[in-house]
Amino acid sequence: MAPPGQAQRSPSPSQPSGKGEVSDLKAQLRQLAGSRAPGVDDSKRDLFKKVISYMTVGIDVSSVFGEMVMCSATSDIVLKKMCYLYVGNYAKGNPDLALLTINFLQRDCKDEDPMIRGLALRSLCSLRVANLVEYLVGPLGSGLRDGNSYVRTVAVIGILKLYHISAVTCIDADFPAMLKRLMLNDPDTQVIANCLAALQEIWTLEASNSEEASREREALLSKPLIYYFLNRIKEFSEWAQSLVLELVAKYVPSDNNEIFDIMNLLEDRLQHANGAVVLATIKVFLQLTLSMNDVHQQVYERIKAPLLTLVSSGSPEQSYAVLSHLHLLVMRAPILFSSDYKHFYCQYNEPFYVKKLKLEMLTAVANESNTYEIVTELCEYAANVDIPMARESIRAVGKIALQQYDVNAIVDRLLQFLEMEKDYVTAETLVLVKDLLRKYPQWSQDCIAVVGNISSKNVQEPKAKAALIWMLGEYSQDMHDAPYILESLIENWEDEHSSEVRLHLLTAVMKCFFKRPPETQKALGDALAAGLADFHQDVHDRALFYYRLLQYNVTVAERVVNPPKQAVSVFADTQSSEIKDRIFDEFNSLSVVYQKPSYMFTDKEHRGPFEFSDELGNLSIGADAADTVVPAHQVDANDKDLLLSTSETEKEDGRALSSNGSAYSAPLYDAPASVPASQIQSDLVNLTSGLSGHVPAASLAIDDLLGLGLSVTPAPAPSPPSLSLNPKAVLDPGTFQQKWRQLPISLTQEFSVSPQGIAALITPQALLRHMQGHSIQCIASGGQSPNFKFFFFAQKAEESSNFLVECIVNTSSAKAQVKIKADDQSMSQTFSTLFQSALSKFGVQ
Amino acid sequence: MISQFFVLSQRGDNIVFRDYRGEVQKGSTETFFRKVKFWKEDGQEEAQAPPVFNVDGVNYFHVKVAGLLFVATTRVNVSPSLVLELLQRIARVIKDYLGVLSEDSLRKNFVLVYELLDEVIDFGYVQTTSTEVLKSYIFNEPIAVDAARLPPLGPAAIFMQGSKRMPGTAVTKSVIANEPAGRKREEIFVDIIEKISVTFSSSGYILTSEIDGTIQMKSYLSGNPEIRVALNEELNIGRGGRSLYGNYRSSAGSGAVVLDDCNFHESVRLDSFDMDRTLTLVPPDGEFPVMNYRMTQEFRPPFRVTALIEEAGNLKAEVIIKVRAEFSSSITANTIVVQMPLPKYTTREIVGGSENTLRAKLSFSQESHGNITKESGPVSMTFTIPMYNASGLQVIKS
Repeated sequence: MAPPGQAQRSPSPSQPSGKGEVSDLKAQLRQLAGSRAPGVDDSKRDLFKKVISYMTVGIDVSSVFGEMVMCSATSDIVLKKMCYLYVGNYAKGNPDLALLTINFLQRDCKDEDPMIRGLALRSLCSLRVANLVEYLVGPLGSGLRDGNSYVRTVAVIGILKLYHISAVTCIDADFPAMLKRLMLNDPDTQVIANCLAALQEIWTLEASNSEEASREREALLSKPLIYYFLNRIKEFSEWAQSLVLELVAKYVPSDNNEIFDIMNLLEDRLQHANGAVVLATIKVFLQLTLSMNDVHQQVYERIKAPLLTLVSSGSPEQSYAVLSHLHLLVMRAPILFSSDYKHFYCQYNEPFYVKKLKLEMLTAVANESNTYEIVTELCEYAANVDIPMARESIRAVGKIALQQYDVNAIVDRLLQFLEMEKDYVTAETLVLVKDLLRKYPQWSQDCIAVVGNISSKNVQEPKAKAALIWMLGEYSQDMHDAPYILESLIENWEDEHSSEVRLHLLTAVMKCFFKRPPETQKALGDALAAGLADFHQDVHDRALFYYRLLQYNVTVAERVVNPPKQAVSVFADTQSSEIKDRIFDEFNSLSVVYQKPSYMFTDKEHRGPFEFSDELGNLSIGADAADTVVPAHQVDANDKDLLLSTSETEKEDGRALSSNGSAYSAPLYDAPASVPASQIQSDLVNLTSGLSGHVPAASLAIDDLLGLGLSVTPAPAPSPPSLSLNPKAVLDPGTFQQKWRQLPISLTQEFSVSPQGIAALITPQALLRHMQGHSIQCIASGGQSPNFKFFFFAQKAEESSNFLVECIVNTSSAKAQVKIKADDQSMSQTFSTLFQSALSKFGVQ
Repeated sequence: MISQFFVLSQRGDNIVFRDYRGEVQKGSTETFFRKVKFWKEDGQEEAQAPPVFNVDGVNYFHVKVAGLLFVATTRVNVSPSLVLELLQRIARVIKDYLGVLSEDSLRKNFVLVYELLDEVIDFGYVQTTSTEVLKSYIFNEPIAVDAARLPPLGPAAIFMQGSKRMPGTAVTKSVIANEPAGRKREEIFVDIIEKISVTFSSSGYILTSEIDGTIQMKSYLSGNPEIRVALNEELNIGRGGRSLYGNYRSSAGSGAVVLDDCNFHESVRLDSFDMDRTLTLVPPDGEFPVMNYRMTQEFRPPFRVTALIEEAGNLKAEVIIKVRAEFSSSITANTIVVQMPLPKYTTREIVGGSENTLRAKLSFSQESHGNITKESGPVSMTFTIPMYNASGLQVIKS
């Protein structure tokens, strides 16, 4: 037999070498097709293997389809399997030829060997040809009823395949209902697990156009079903256990006893050797205890050991996946891990992606008692031959310095880095020293002494160079050579490729000029001239701005460019707490590894079943774009402002400049005062726009007026009819959005939230659970302290009449602003009363 | 759920390729390979690609086993642990069936591998990864690859990847292979494999120490008999159980063993574990870890390594590395590699109780600036000592 390796050795599928061989194969297959000679099966096997091996490397062997089918009339199961594999691969592209296979596949579906029945059914459903679906319904139906569990597992997945080829055929044949029955009654756990997987997929996809499907999907989360799965969890395979646990994590228990029962039942799953099972269990524990602070914390303590064991057993890839989750937890509650810091020490042979996570964890858990040891360890890494690792380690030391009270020892260490005279170490350290000085100006003497000794020629990386230049400008009074170093840098203006560095150079030379005018005057003139001639717009504008500023009034210029600065107390977090919460909600998914919520990297239809937060993501992205994006910008702007001390001013004024030409007026120069003012202004804008998304402010006012009018003169309520709500109400986000657009606001009111409620509102989930207890479902939520925004809906118990609510809770004023829209407007007042009473009890146990 | 599964050679050739859901475009193997090969992060080249990444909405997962890349793709936001665990498991199942996992064996047996893949995953959902269960669905016979022809894959190479799995040198036969005599040998292999991480300070004081261990089993028993594995009677789990009197033990293995934590294979029943430290299980066919454990209790490391660097002027330095074997002279460690970022030194074997010294003189082409001691190291060492384990954990009988 010719080993298939020969064919595969052809390095690229695009090589034409396959062609002649394929036609050879075709001829040989044709010869064997009708043969009944002894040993013909062996020759067929060899040929089939060749075909499959070509297929694997990407050579197109679809041209032998007919011959393959002709040869498939055999009782040899190995041949059958190869043929099925081939047919499954090419049927989609050759629907006409696929029809040829239907006959023998259907026949095999009735074979007496369950193995053959299963295989044939699986292949039949894998053809992925739309016009053949009619042939699937019969075999699938009998497959579900087959006495053999193997055939049933195949049939269940087969139905899911059918759904993807033709949803209508699948639904019309009533297959989902059959799957549901099977799920509740089959003795085989793999059949049950497949039913669950298939139903989750089908109902999630159907939910957008069928209320019934969306109800069925919710019903998967009902108590009897969850308990049905939980009670037999140990009978499931480890993979099916993961599936079940994912489902349980979405379940909302009715009381604390239930929560503890579930946790006790799942306790031993934490000792499973399969990381996926353990992480899924942890997710259940974390989600269930969200509203119970003490228990939640105990859960953290409990899951530490199993997580650490998983990290250190298994392949580096597996431990990376677990470590990413540990990383998330450490970042959420560093205090709880501060004594475990030694577990986060890096080992020399670990891949960089693992080390990077560990460094971040070491940085997060550093506190007064362990900082010394952690920094000592990090300094070892800084001398590492592995350059990216050394860089990261230095950054970590810097970050620890920025978050600690006692930086004495750390500053010394950082300064020692500068003495190592390695360019990349120096570069990283300079950036850090600059940040450090912004927070701890009291260290300037020590730092400046060392920084002053660094030759600017040895610093090439733009970030580092900018940092050095910033220090030269900021501390020019203490650095003897500052004007001359700046001067030499300005002489080489043309060779400086980074616009960031050139911008810094302009600012630094300005600052230096205010402190040591005679020595800097020439350099300043050169810099402004070079800047004005610069091709980079920002550099040019800044130079022009400085020039005119100086012309106008030097004292004012100094106030603008070099105002007295306050030390930075906290450096802004790069990720908003809302995003972090969303990642936490998506525990045990890729979101944790990528450190991004799923909507940032996955298209909607692939976000998986029951991703509650997706719906949330959708809506809040739509409505809250301004809300989520603006703060990030602001943080950024803040940061830059502090960093450059002038950049924000310049940006603002630059804009004024370009729009007003030369006719700018004096008040602009009150810049130091105007910066915070403009920020407050944009804060205000932001706050109000947050209330109504991107609805223009004018229409907002009208809404408010309307609401005000209504609440001021409430309709004389003729003893409101009693209203009972459907506790199992369902509404998909699409419908919600549509209704929200169509319906008028029937009521706007302001309610108070109890202080306990406000206290419990650390995570929005707490309120959601509470309202759910009152049959008011949340469909989306978002926002950041102090403003949280929720969209709720409720349904009448007797009929499908909906109430939609937009509720904005301000935690600082303990008020909730509520807008209600209703299908049945006459009931909105009654509903509002219900809503208010539910809200006022929030947090009151 | 996953969309595609494939195995690539180190050069990027497809060895097997299976598309389960048809949701990911055909060129995914090339996209993947290019990304892994030229991984860039923060503009820095030559960083290692993480096991999971996203390109144009497709998530790529990969694990490296025996020099091969086992890859899965999906568009869905799945549990990364699940997929990586699955890939590792598929590799193990394939190894169980082929006896040896290598590019050669995979190429020779690719039809069998397709057979396995068909049963392991259906439409992206895992059906079973049990070597045992799969037996009844597999009809191809493995084509044996001569294990001796494999490149010597020392344990050192395995440790370099951070894994603690030993190459099962003794056990390279397929679970479905027939013995020449037509009679099956009833065999079961039980190994305790430990990865020891100890950091010494320059004065020889132990800074951190940890043992990550696993009890590995490979069963060829027929008829699925129940077996019992008895561990040390004085075995405590959880640091709460630390004994009050000093717990320094000789490495001979008597005395209490305190594990920080452990986990078990799903076949293990722990009914009598609390009473007599016995694990009961019906071993499934093939290779699997019975138990993983982690220990930070003080233990005597098998080696003490001391390094001394003496600087002799600006152009010279002397490095002295001393390795002292602290275990009994009746056993011997082999495949030893001592590594230090400057020189590299290989010795063939070290007998217990002995002491080996490396003395190296370094000359520099450039004037040093007094930082040699800082920039050298850490000294690291990998080795294998058969019939010895540091934690003292024992399988008394099985």
